[in-house]
Amino acid sequence: MISIIDYKAGNLKSVERALRHLGIPCRITNSPSEIISSEKVVFPGVGAAGKTMEVIRSLNLDTVIHEVVKRKTPFLGICLGAQIILDGSEEDDARCLNLIPGMAKRFPHLGMKIPHMGWNNIEMVREHPILKDIDPEAQFYFVHSYYPEPQHKEHIIATTHYGISFASVIGRENVVATQFHPEKSGRFGLNILKNFAEWNGKC
Amino acid sequence: MLSKRIVVCLDVKEGKTTKGIKFKGNVDIGDPVTMAREYYDQGVDELVFYDITASSDKRNIIIDVVREVAKNIFIPFSVGGGIRTLDDMHRVLNAGAEKISVNTAAVLNPELISEGARIFGKQCIVLGMDAKKTTKIPEIPSGYEVWINGGRKPMGVDALEWAKKAEGLGAGEICLNSIDADGTSDGYELTVTSMISGSVSIPVIASGGAGKPEHLRDVFTQAGADAALIASMVHYRDYRIDEIKSFLTAEGVPVRKII
Repeated sequence: MISIIDYKAGNLKSVERALRHLGIPCRITNSPSEIISSEKVVFPGVGAAGKTMEVIRSLNLDTVIHEVVKRKTPFLGICLGAQIILDGSEEDDARCLNLIPGMAKRFPHLGMKIPHMGWNNIEMVREHPILKDIDPEAQFYFVHSYYPEPQHKEHIIATTHYGISFASVIGRENVVATQFHPEKSGRFGLNILKNFAEWNGKC
Repeated sequence: MLSKRIVVCLDVKEGKTTKGIKFKGNVDIGDPVTMAREYYDQGVDELVFYDITASSDKRNIIIDVVREVAKNIFIPFSVGGGIRTLDDMHRVLNAGAEKISVNTAAVLNPELISEGARIFGKQCIVLGMDAKKTTKIPEIPSGYEVWINGGRKPMGVDALEWAKKAEGLGAGEICLNSIDADGTSDGYELTVTSMISGSVSIPVIASGGAGKPEHLRDVFTQAGADAALIASMVHYRDYRIDEIKSFLTAEGVPVRKII
């Protein structure tokens, strides 16, 4: 059973629908015991870092997430979920979850449209089970104005180019996160969710 | 590299996809869920469902359509038409749409944009705008005026000013429809698209006038559109999405490859 963390915002249901479509058992929940006892955990995110961290702390989900990660349960962050697992974010100057050292930064003004919205490539920096069978030319759907910047190179799994090159898939041990939305990225996005469902948390 | 998006628009009336034919009114052209699935399989990047149901008691049907579409396709899609309140927005998003498009209601009540952006996030709020060329007067310095009620009522509001204001209020994207080009199949209105796309920092979807793949090339390369909306050119099976994409790729326009 995969738990999708319910933090009263964001588009949790689209992740649930995609997993259901793949025949993967899942539930949307904010119950600490349910989350801690599940085989895998997804943190999908849409919204602002500051507000989201506030809600997470008020529901005591920060402690729950740390417990999940400590237990080596495979954990997938999506979009904002790839940012709040870092130490902090420039958005609202939010203090985040410290699961991977680094910061979420705002895209610089280089004459491109912000948010970075639409389909873009990812370039694999290192192999990871969740990117198994992904065509190198596959594109994924992004919508974001901030991007993850891990402090250590070894936590970058794939990068994407939008004016600058940024980390679009990051990971550390049993934690992995995509800045794009696999649940909205067609066939290859579904493939990533399937890979996650089959992942034992080791890499 | 970020791809230029091809967005297919389906007008939905009482649960059926419809197409306006001059002097004949609307004719049914198919089931929106089936059509959405077909375009998804052909490699469309995004879909828009525009609810043109007139009677209010049949408006809930669109929610069922959205729910069915969301179960079957895994790309972003938005819903527009008749969205007047935060509650309308909530119902559509909750049924599985990625974004909501507001047009008339936002002109009459701009707070709908700021409130919607605050509650659901900027990325959810698309400003739909119908613009029509007019004589340049002090109130309309850009020479393009905003019309509402499906292009039936001029508002005396400048299209460029309105686009900038909507961006400031928190719109995440603008879908710009040219009333002059709409339905002509003669190509997008490049002047207004270029002007607005060059003046806001949020993405702009060009709409109205697409009849052949060359029109998409032009609006991407000459007018700086981030996405192009098409309808009849695929609904009548004159072109398929994959054909349009092959053409654009050959012309050097970055599009998402169909693999």
